[in-house]
This record gives sequence, C-alpha cells and structure tokens, in this order.
Amino acid sequence: MNSMINDSSSATALRDNADVAEALGRTYSAGFITEIEMTGLPPGLDEDTIRALSAVKHEPQWMTEWRLEAYRHWLTMAKPDWAKLNIDPIDYQAISYYAAPKKQPKSLDEVDPALLETYEKLGVPLHERAALAGVAVDAVFDSVSVGTTFRKQLADAGVLFCSMSEAIREYPEIVQKYLGSVVPTGDNFFAALNSAVFSDGSFINAQNTGQFERTLIVAEEGAHVSYLEGCTAPKRDENQLHAAVVELVALEGAQIKYSTVQNWYPGDENGVGGIYNFVTKRGDCRGDDSKICWTQVETGSAITWKYPSVVLRGDRSVGEFYSVALTHHFQQADTGTKMIHLGRHTKSKIVSKGISAGKSSNSYRGLVKMEKGAEGARNYTQCDSLLIGKQCGAHTFPYMEVKNPTAIVEHEATTSKISDDQMFYCRARGIAEEDAVSMIVDGFCKQVFRELPMEFAVEAKKLLEVSLEGAVG
Amino acid sequence: MLKIENLHARVAGREILKGLSLEVNAGEVHAIMGPNGAGKSTLGNVLSGRDGYEVTAGTVSYNGVDLLTMAPEARAAAGVFLAFQYPVEIPGVNNTYFLRAALNAQRKARGEKELDSMQFLKLVRERLKVMQISDELLHRAVNEGFSGGEKKRNEIFQMAVLEPQLAILDETDSGLDIDALKQVAQGVNTLRSPERAFLMITHYQRLLDYVVPDFVHVLANGRIVESGDKSLALKLEEHGYAGLGAGAAA
Ligand SMILES: Nc1ncnc2c1ncn2[C@@H]1O[C@H](COP(=O)(O)OP(=O)(O)O)[C@@H](O)[C@H]1O
Ligand SMILES: [Mg+2]
Repeated sequence: MNSMINDSSSATALRDNADVAEALGRTYSAGFITEIEMTGLPPGLDEDTIRALSAVKHEPQWMTEWRLEAYRHWLTMAKPDWAKLNIDPIDYQAISYYAAPKKQPKSLDEVDPALLETYEKLGVPLHERAALAGVAVDAVFDSVSVGTTFRKQLADAGVLFCSMSEAIREYPEIVQKYLGSVVPTGDNFFAALNSAVFSDGSFINAQNTGQFERTLIVAEEGAHVSYLEGCTAPKRDENQLHAAVVELVALEGAQIKYSTVQNWYPGDENGVGGIYNFVTKRGDCRGDDSKICWTQVETGSAITWKYPSVVLRGDRSVGEFYSVALTHHFQQADTGTKMIHLGRHTKSKIVSKGISAGKSSNSYRGLVKMEKGAEGARNYTQCDSLLIGKQCGAHTFPYMEVKNPTAIVEHEATTSKISDDQMFYCRARGIAEEDAVSMIVDGFCKQVFRELPMEFAVEAKKLLEVSLEGAVG
Repeated sequence: MLKIENLHARVAGREILKGLSLEVNAGEVHAIMGPNGAGKSTLGNVLSGRDGYEVTAGTVSYNGVDLLTMAPEARAAAGVFLAFQYPVEIPGVNNTYFLRAALNAQRKARGEKELDSMQFLKLVRERLKVMQISDELLHRAVNEGFSGGEKKRNEIFQMAVLEPQLAILDETDSGLDIDALKQVAQGVNTLRSPERAFLMITHYQRLLDYVVPDFVHVLANGRIVESGDKSLALKLEEHGYAGLGAGAAA
C-alpha cells in the first residue's frame, strides 16, 4: 500500500518495530489474547534483567554496556510531571521487559500460524499487503519483528532495512555512529528506559507488560525517505506502557517524511484501560538543505505524551510538523513539537489541530527556539482547537525563545466549537448529525490530511469517524 | 401540500409565532412579507425543524404527515428545503463534496440509489444551467470567503441540485445587486413546476417583479394579517406595513 522508502539512492532505515501499517481497527475488534506460546523474562528490572535481555538477543558487549549505562542514568532520573496529565503511578518492577515467541522466525513460512491468524483478526493480511506495490513491510506483532519482505529489492536500491537486533549484529558501525546521537540515552525518563530495555519482544504476556521499540532512520546525502507508521493494539483492561524512541538523521540535501497514524487502545468510555503512550521522536537536520517532516494523526491511547521535534542544524534546513490529535471520553493528550533552529535561514512550520470530545483533555505544547546562529530563520505556527460538547478541554502552551534578532516567529491560535448554525445547516440539507460532525471535523483537519500520503488520508478520516462515535446527541 | 394551522412557537422563552395559519398547494408561489422581527425567519426555522424553536400549539401537515415530529434531515429528505437568510460557512469542507453528501443522504433516506461521482458531476453540470456559479466556487469550502451574493446564489444552486418539493427562500433577494437579483429570480423561475411550491420570504416588492407570486401574505406580530395577490405587494411598497393589519400587529 505505501511507498515506504522511495527514490532513495542511499538511505538507511533501521528499525526494531514498524507498527502494523493498515491495522487501523474500525472499532476495537482486536480484543483477543493470542494463544501463542511465549517465553520471556519475569517481571522486574535490574542490571541482570538487562544483561539477560541483551544475551537473548545475542548482542555484542558494547551494546550491553550502552544499555547498562542508560539504565544507570535512568535510576537517577525523576519521572517528569510537568505535563498537564493525571497519571496513576507506574510500577516499573511489575513490568515484563521481554516476552517473545519461542521460535524466532526467519521468514514468513516459519511464522507461527496462530500469529498469522492474529493478523487476520487485526485485518492485516500480511501477504497481500506486502505484495501490494512492492513495499517492504516490517510487520510486527506486539513488538516481535516477524517478516520483513522486499528487503532485497530495497537493498538493490541502496536501502538497508532491517530490525534493530539485526542491525546491531550486521551493521554495528552504523548503529554505533547514529544510535542515541539524536536522542541521547539520558534525554528524558522514558527515553532512558527505552535505551535500557528496547527489544523485539514483549507485550503479549497477559501480565503487565511494556512496549519499547526503537527506530533509527538515516537518510544519506540527497536521499528521500517516506516512512509510514500505523499502530493498533489489542484491547486490554489494564493500562500498558508504550515508550518508543524514534531517531531520524537527514544528511545534506536529504529529506525524511515520517507519517504516523496512532490508534492504540484508548480505554473505554469510563476511562478504564488504555495505553500510556510516552514516545520520544526527534529528527536531526544534520546536513545543509535537509528537510524533516513529521505528520501525525493521533486518536488512540489513554494518555499520550509526544513531541516529535526537529533540530535544524544544517543551513537552510526545513522542519515541519502537521498534527491532528483527537481525544474522547477520558483520554488525555499532551502533544506538540519542538523546532530548534541552529543553522542560518532555517525554516519551520507547525500546524496543529486538536479535537476534544467527551470529558477528554487535549493540550498543544510547542517550543520554537531560535539560537544565536539562526540568522534569518523563520517559524510559522498555527494551532487550532475544536471542542465538541461542554465537558472537554483544550489548552495551548506555546513557548518561544529567540536569541537571534533577525529570526521571525509567527504564531496563530484559534479555539472553536462546532456551531449550532453549522449543525443545522448540514441537517437542513439532509445530513444526519453524526455525519455532519465528522464532515465538519474532517474539514477542520484538512490542512493536515493534505500532507498525509493518500492511503493514510482515507484511513485517517475513517479513524476520526470511529473515534467520534457517540460524541454528539 | 403544506397546511399550517394556528401555529404558536417560542424562541428563547418568548412567543414569536402567535397563531399563524397558511395553506400552500403544489405549483404555487407564496410571498411572505413583513417588518423586521415579525417572525418570518422563525417560520422558516420551525418548518425546517431547527433546535430551540418550541412549538407550543397548532399543527403543520406536509403531504398529509405531521411535519413537526420529523428530524430536520428527515424533512429535507421529504423534500423541504430552506435557503438560509445567512448561509453558514463550513471551513475545509468542499462545496461540491458537501452537496453530494447531502443529495446522497437524502436519496438514501428515500430508498433511492446513491449517485457515484460521475453521475453526480453530470447532474452538477446540468444544474449549473439553472444557476450559474463559477467553477472556483464549486471547489472552495462551503460558503467560506463567499461574497453575500455568492452565498445566496449557492443556496439556489443547492436547491437546483436537491430538487425539493417545498422550497422556503428566506430573504434570498436581500443584499443582491440588480444583476444578481435577476439571476436568482431566473433560477427560481426555471425551477417552478406544477409539483413544486415556493415560500418566498422577502422585504422588497422588487423580487416580485421577476418572480411573480400567486399569493402575497403579510406577516406581522407572529400572524398572517393580510393576504392577497401581487397587487398587495405593490400596495405595501407604497404605504408601508404601518397601515396594514394594524389591528393584529398592535
Ligand atoms: N434564536 C433566537 N434566539 C432569540 N431570539 C430569537 C431567535 N430567533 C429569533 N428571535 C427573535 O424572534 C423575533 C423574530 O425574529 P425573526 O423570525 O428572525 O424575524 P424576521 O425574520 O421576520 O425579521 C425577533 O425578535 C428575534 O430577535
Ligand atoms: Mg429574517
């Protein structure tokens, strides 16, 4: 379905977990527990856990040390609490940090039929999807990288695409050079935890588990990469922790477009269950004239903390962030971006659309920083909120730091409601209430949907419809 | 087709319609005139089922069924169309897309087959003959950035595509220059047919020079205080509302 990586003369995409692209559950039908036999580590986290994890994955010594260093750093860190969220304390010793199928499949043929059946339930026919458009799909079920197709075709085009475990073994020089170079191990609480324990496996165990994927994309000189990430997770009653780290590096003249549709289980209408989504995503425009664009549609998770950011290091580099975040029922989202301008004549653009319904809370938090060297840099930020109903909230926290007098920062913000006039106008034309709401919401998101790859735009629209069910009336 | 009897309606706790009666048959054009605040738009809103307009007494029967119990979208599907006095903007929603969604929702509710995009495009092309609006307006967001005249013409264009049985035009002529007025009038005249009825709410006799009504009513103080033919409109133009139905309007 998607052109994962296109037009790339020499791009490297290393990935632990590309989430299941088309698995946008229409409704949360994915509520099932797989009967796949699991092996895994018992709950708990200490240095031995990390050594065991590293050993299971046949990692070299340097990787084990890297993880341990991250872990030691993590122990010294306080859990951040500045975001406008209410979070039950997470017991990190109650989490299982590694659980995976006993047999590590090397190709699709070796994949446990029960797992394939799971894909079916999720509505992800792997063979079909992989075959579509000659695309490599690193399909992962609950963090386990099972089938990477079309790797050879990609390799012929100069693209390295593999799981992080493999990359650590097969391309250690690339991993050592770039891993943690954008998001340092001690960057923040959850990034440190991720650095210590990221893996292919976890999440299936009926016990309390966490998911810690790690993605690294390096676009070398002049390469263009378009990467699509879609998420869904089986319905669970307990809250589960999801703490991924994504690092992007764009060298001179390179462009990376990273598109996400996030549909993790949001919890039920009473606020029970759902994923805690604490993801660190950061891109580094390391080369001159490079460009990184984050596009996200966030409808899932009980709690989302997510600030895909761009460091604009190279001269004339460009960072963009297009976001739709929808919250319903008791969901809480605190999301936004950071644009750090270091290079001269760097440009960034932020378009954020927040939609709140039910009793949810939706915050935009953004930082635009113009450093001393950011001669002639520009930022444009547009931040719109749409409220549906009277019990939800929208908040905007734009932060700006300008240290170069030639830099220009523009910010526009609006908050609106779906008006009675709009509703009546639609209904008087024959359009039923729910359809009118999704039409108006879709119109509100237009600027962002336009930036999504076509297939994703259609999915995103449907996803909003499903997520807003019962929001009016 | 439409029979309104002794209609009383409240808005925001205040009685606005106070015993309005009116009968409209298929093929007829009725003009409703009256001073500002008389309740003309309220009548249109009540007939279209807008929330907040509470009917406290009286009945409205439409093709033999009780219109007042139907949801706004059901009334639309049954052929009731309201051209808004102030058409509403819907940012980001494509004008043509909106109209197709509306038409297909109505067709679906009536048990008719929905039109695919090719069929719909063909229909749009044909209806553009009734009400010429520019391609550019078709592709903009619904009413967004439209001039007053463009909004009104867009309403008539929607009417031409949706082909209602009962069209209520709320001051569609207000704020139009003479050329636009003629275009709107021509649009309405093209759509006049023995199966279709029009309720034209207007302030000015001007429109009635171009769309000749079968009946003219004066709505004042929540009631029809006088009815007649086209000559009544001319009389109003000369003497104003003050002299008419003064007893009822007091
Ligand atoms: N939604 C509303 N809320 C409060 N008052 C209203 C509302 N709609 C109409 N009214 C009042 O009802 C009266 C009649 O209004 P309207 O029907 O718009 O008059 P007309 O269209 O004849 O000028 C006015 O006094 C107006 O202020
Ligand atoms: Mg009016």
